Amino acid sequence: MTEALAPTRRRSRRPPLVLVVLAILGLAVFVIPLLGLLARTPWRDLPTLLAGDVVIDALRLSVITSLGATAISAVLGVPLAWMLARVEFPGRSIVRGLVLLPLVIPPVVGGAALLFALGRRGLIGEPLNRATGLVLPFSTWGAVIAVTFVAMPFLVITVEGALRNLDPRFEGAAATLGAGRWTVLRRVTFPMVGPSLVAGLVLTWARAFGEFGATITFAGNLEGRTQTLPLAVFIALESDRDTAVALSLIMVAISLTVLVVLRERWWKTP
Amino acid sequence: MTVMKGRRASLVCWLIAALVLAACNDGPANDGGDDSLNGQVLVSAASSLSDVFAAVEEAFEESNPGVDVVLNLAGSASLREQILGGAPADVFASADTLNMDRVVDAGDVDGLPRVFARNLMRIAVPVGNPAEVTELADFADENLLIGLCAENVPCGDLGRQALEKAGVSAVVDTNEASVRSLLTKIEAGELDAGIVYVTDVASTSGDVEGIAIPQAHNVVAEYPIAVLDGARNPNDAADFVAFVLSDEGREILIEYGFSVP
Repeated sequence: MTEALAPTRRRSRRPPLVLVVLAILGLAVFVIPLLGLLARTPWRDLPTLLAGDVVIDALRLSVITSLGATAISAVLGVPLAWMLARVEFPGRSIVRGLVLLPLVIPPVVGGAALLFALGRRGLIGEPLNRATGLVLPFSTWGAVIAVTFVAMPFLVITVEGALRNLDPRFEGAAATLGAGRWTVLRRVTFPMVGPSLVAGLVLTWARAFGEFGATITFAGNLEGRTQTLPLAVFIALESDRDTAVALSLIMVAISLTVLVVLRERWWKTP
Repeated sequence: MTVMKGRRASLVCWLIAALVLAACNDGPANDGGDDSLNGQVLVSAASSLSDVFAAVEEAFEESNPGVDVVLNLAGSASLREQILGGAPADVFASADTLNMDRVVDAGDVDGLPRVFARNLMRIAVPVGNPAEVTELADFADENLLIGLCAENVPCGDLGRQALEKAGVSAVVDTNEASVRSLLTKIEAGELDAGIVYVTDVASTSGDVEGIAIPQAHNVVAEYPIAVLDGARNPNDAADFVAFVLSDEGREILIEYGFSVP
């Protein structure tokens, strides 16, 4: 018996060659551009390049906008995910489509739409400007809004998926034991979707950190105010390639570190 | 078992063969000149040429039925980087000599570039000029939303030169990547003023208003054009360049507000 089973087991342990080859080619799609970046990196000048004002300003703005967008997404996106997962309402599939839209439309289109809606002459921007004097485009707030528009869907879909997979009997049991609705949410629901929530927040942050199209279209490009790292890379590519490569390198390093470390920690695959 | 293995191996072989073939296909197409009449000419042109080159393309294709002109429009600096990075293109039309010179220096130009058009700078404001901008000096007003093209983009360098000549230190709110994106934001009324080309104010047909910059402060943009060294279709590319420099081409350029040498 054991003798008969052994070869089968051994064979199944070795993945099919075709899959391995294709998987390696798939990985190459991601790795080759990175190698190109590393090959072009001016390692010796790197410290000087990274200490430049443009880099420091852009890094600061990227941290502010990406964390700001993640915070806003947490406050607004989690309730939205909960509504989509738990409440039956007419047009729910349309709402879900609307939430996912920023994932598929070009960010430049999103940025233009934001400009027409929230710009100084926009649908909402104009009355807002008249009432408060607030001008969103060309401001750091504008950059935060543009980044949130693009990144929040990642949080909503992740948390919604987790809520749908959650066995409602746990919440039912808590309610039977006398817990109020808020207590159930706070003590049962959120702890159970916790890992997904963190994974969603990390993804949202990472997308926000790399956002380019919507930001430059809606918020413009000004060093120290709206020029985040991706914008600085884009502008530097045309004038100062060494700085562009240095900027790209820190973006890749930061994003990769966050994705690897936090994913390992919170987003364990079963 | 053997059959399975054979199949597996053949699949891998096919894959490798497909990759090799794809790689081979790419090779000769890049350097060998294609003399066929049904050629495609890939023209990398500065974004300030968007409208006029669309008209030039139409006229050229009408008199050269076998040739398909494809326009690749972007800021001159972006185009320069694309060309230096090895992106395929047959013709380069830059909005300044600086970016063209960099391509020439890299040995990527076949022959010498020729200036085919000149342009001047102009202040652009939204329709109705809500901020009541009248001159370059207004660009120093902190309460206005001012946009320029980014440095190294020709319209950005020329705009800054004009401001410098006028002795104005502008308080800028955004440095746009191309003249088109700057115009879009002025058209939408989101910016109060910006510096663009004279031809841009003519081409947006009433979506922005232009305010002249006095001659003493104005700067001239020169547009050079050249066939690129790696052109896949050098004959048709040369024909296209000749057409731009011809009387018919010059007429179209003048129609769109350019001056011609």
